[in-house]
Amino acid sequence: MTFGNYTDYYKKDLISSEERKEFNTLNVGPTHPATHGVFQNVMLMDGEFIVETEQTIGYIHRAFEKIAERRPFYQITPLTDRLNYCSAPLNNMGWHMTVEKLLGIETPKRVDYLRIVVMELARISDHLICNSVIGVDSGALTGFTYLFQDREFIYEIFEEICGSRLTTNMGRIGGFERNFSEKAWDKIKYFLKKYPSKLQEFENLLARNRIFMDRTINVGSFPADRALAYGFTGPNLRACGVDYDVRVMNPYCSYEEFDFIVPIGQNGDTYDRFMVRQEEMRQSLSIIQQAIDKLDLLEDKDTYFAKDPRFVLPPKEKVYNNMEALIWHFKIVMGETDIPVGEVYHSIEAANGELGFYLVSDGGRTPSRLHFRRPSFIYYQAYPEMVTGSMLSDAVLTMSSMNVIAGELDA
Amino acid sequence: MLQTKTHRNQLVTNKLIRQFAEGIEAKEMLADMLCITVQKEFVPEVLRFLRDDKDLDFNFLTTLCGIHHPEKEQLGMIYHLHSFYFNHRIRIKANIKINQPSISSITSIWPAANWMERETYDFFGIIFKGHPNLKRILNVDEMTDFPLRKEFPLEDQTREDKDDSMFGR
Amino acid sequence: MPDNQIITPAIAEMPEGITGQGFFATSFDKAVGLARKNSLWPLPFATSCCGIEFMATMASHYDLARFGSERLSFSPRQSDLLMVMGTIAKKMGPVLREVYIQMAEPKWVIAVGACASSGGVFDTYSVLQGIDRIIPVDVYVPGCPPRPEQIIDGILKIQELVGNESLRRRNSEGYNDLMKQYHIE
Repeated sequence: MTFGNYTDYYKKDLISSEERKEFNTLNVGPTHPATHGVFQNVMLMDGEFIVETEQTIGYIHRAFEKIAERRPFYQITPLTDRLNYCSAPLNNMGWHMTVEKLLGIETPKRVDYLRIVVMELARISDHLICNSVIGVDSGALTGFTYLFQDREFIYEIFEEICGSRLTTNMGRIGGFERNFSEKAWDKIKYFLKKYPSKLQEFENLLARNRIFMDRTINVGSFPADRALAYGFTGPNLRACGVDYDVRVMNPYCSYEEFDFIVPIGQNGDTYDRFMVRQEEMRQSLSIIQQAIDKLDLLEDKDTYFAKDPRFVLPPKEKVYNNMEALIWHFKIVMGETDIPVGEVYHSIEAANGELGFYLVSDGGRTPSRLHFRRPSFIYYQAYPEMVTGSMLSDAVLTMSSMNVIAGELDA
Repeated sequence: MLQTKTHRNQLVTNKLIRQFAEGIEAKEMLADMLCITVQKEFVPEVLRFLRDDKDLDFNFLTTLCGIHHPEKEQLGMIYHLHSFYFNHRIRIKANIKINQPSISSITSIWPAANWMERETYDFFGIIFKGHPNLKRILNVDEMTDFPLRKEFPLEDQTREDKDDSMFGR
Repeated sequence: MPDNQIITPAIAEMPEGITGQGFFATSFDKAVGLARKNSLWPLPFATSCCGIEFMATMASHYDLARFGSERLSFSPRQSDLLMVMGTIAKKMGPVLREVYIQMAEPKWVIAVGACASSGGVFDTYSVLQGIDRIIPVDVYVPGCPPRPEQIIDGILKIQELVGNESLRRRNSEGYNDLMKQYHIE
């Protein structure tokens, strides 16, 4: 890259105060077409080059952690939807697993596999939006309009499973609210058949495209040691060359039975982040296929929740016809069941990295403290270091390839 | 080389007690994670020791957050650390008196702590000594209260259409 | 479908008027309304979840371009319709107000989703309880988030308002009073 020298120049603080007077300040955001979401960056510019960046966040701070202290466990699921709304089911499942860890509920194998199908679909839908937006920011709108068709199809699958498109509120503590319908399975299988070729077509549009390569290779690159110090996780860390994946390191939900590759990049630039996400989508497809094969081998085809009556809602038919079931349903929904005192930390590999839930329960109907480890919030603070010395248009691409989701960032 | 989790927990406890005998207040197992309470003055040293010791190698700060215990008139800090090499997670806790809410910053150990500490300051009013830029991050700068303390009301106070007696806000 | 079949695009309905050979006469109001309503330039003020549904609305599947709102204007100076999608926190409130004030008349506002309309589930200290506390709103779209069909329905409702608006409304007493209520001069 020709401008490599500039990066060092700005980073090493070689600028004299006389030169500093020549710089101008540029405000990008909080509503700006170049920022996907509400982030504000006040940049000190030397012509087209960025010298300093000051970030302001919190423009959609919604006080999740405070609300969570006033809601029973069931009612926290909808909040997790709105953390990373591009892949809501992942957050839902993460929250359910956290509560199950606190309560000591063992989920049946079938529930685990069903969850994996849903989680990997959600991962695809998140990576898909990120990668197509990288395309848009580098000037290729075509990929976005193509891939959104498939995202719509994933929405249809979610609708078939839980009745909602984006903010799914999917599943319950201990499993799912209902079994997957035949139609849902048909759609998942159709998706598995059709999507790989679409994905390949999308990749062919961009991956070896000269313009795209020039815009992304060596843009916003970040060394692995800095990434670790800044708490990067997920595809952004893997693009730097660190093969950290919670699914492999601390397997949850029977991930240890699955065979998949953790793709890594080399120099952590925008291109690597793009390619890592592309490969992860392929791996997710393979995981879904494996989960379906495993489900076919399982003998029972009806279990979709843990057999633990304390915390699992009774079936609707019973609730309507049986008084005890109605009382039980009421108790669970109103959060009047006994919750043990304890503290758990559970983390899952969400689409942006390690999504952690630190739950403190004092035995009351609501958590005493619930802290979300939100990957976007932690890695977005490295953005000034990533863009210093690069050009403004590259900073835009860097941000979209980091996939910072405003809801997750601001909690 | 790679021992079981129980061994690793034992190793961490022993090493910490040997190094900071008086600084370690308590240790307990909570669910699947070792949790060590240290005196708040020792937090930066303990964390730096955990990061730099070759046998422990906690290279990654997973998250940090605050907590409020109104009944004990205490605030607390909770750090989650992760050693990638040994695949081992631990939790470090520190208690802070609510009338002197201050603790040393760990931004020099992990730059990732920068925003997390600002968030904790924003929510609980814990002052991080040595933090490069300690100001509110999520809430508006004009705010004077610390919203995640238990006495702070959750709801927006300007709404008139919700009747408290009927909805139990 | 045979190849040679010509697909006629959906065209706007003709307003009431007198038509004869080579001419069509209608009131100026209606002609302007017709032009305005079919070329709304929306300014997407997308903050959170509803913004993602808006992306779906703009994308190939639902294709908002069919209703003449294809051209997204990210500059408030060149837009007619402010689409507020997602939670507006109290920190964001002044920004939203500034954007609204910068827009040139005539301007319309649509609040998409429960958060923008009333604060939604986020009845919290940090969230503005409905954007109508700081700017006037023409159409509310319910849902959390609303489906793209609902967003399109909201746009159609706005089009109805735009098409039937009197040319002098923006100079009227009532409109000025409304603006004064919001302390916008």
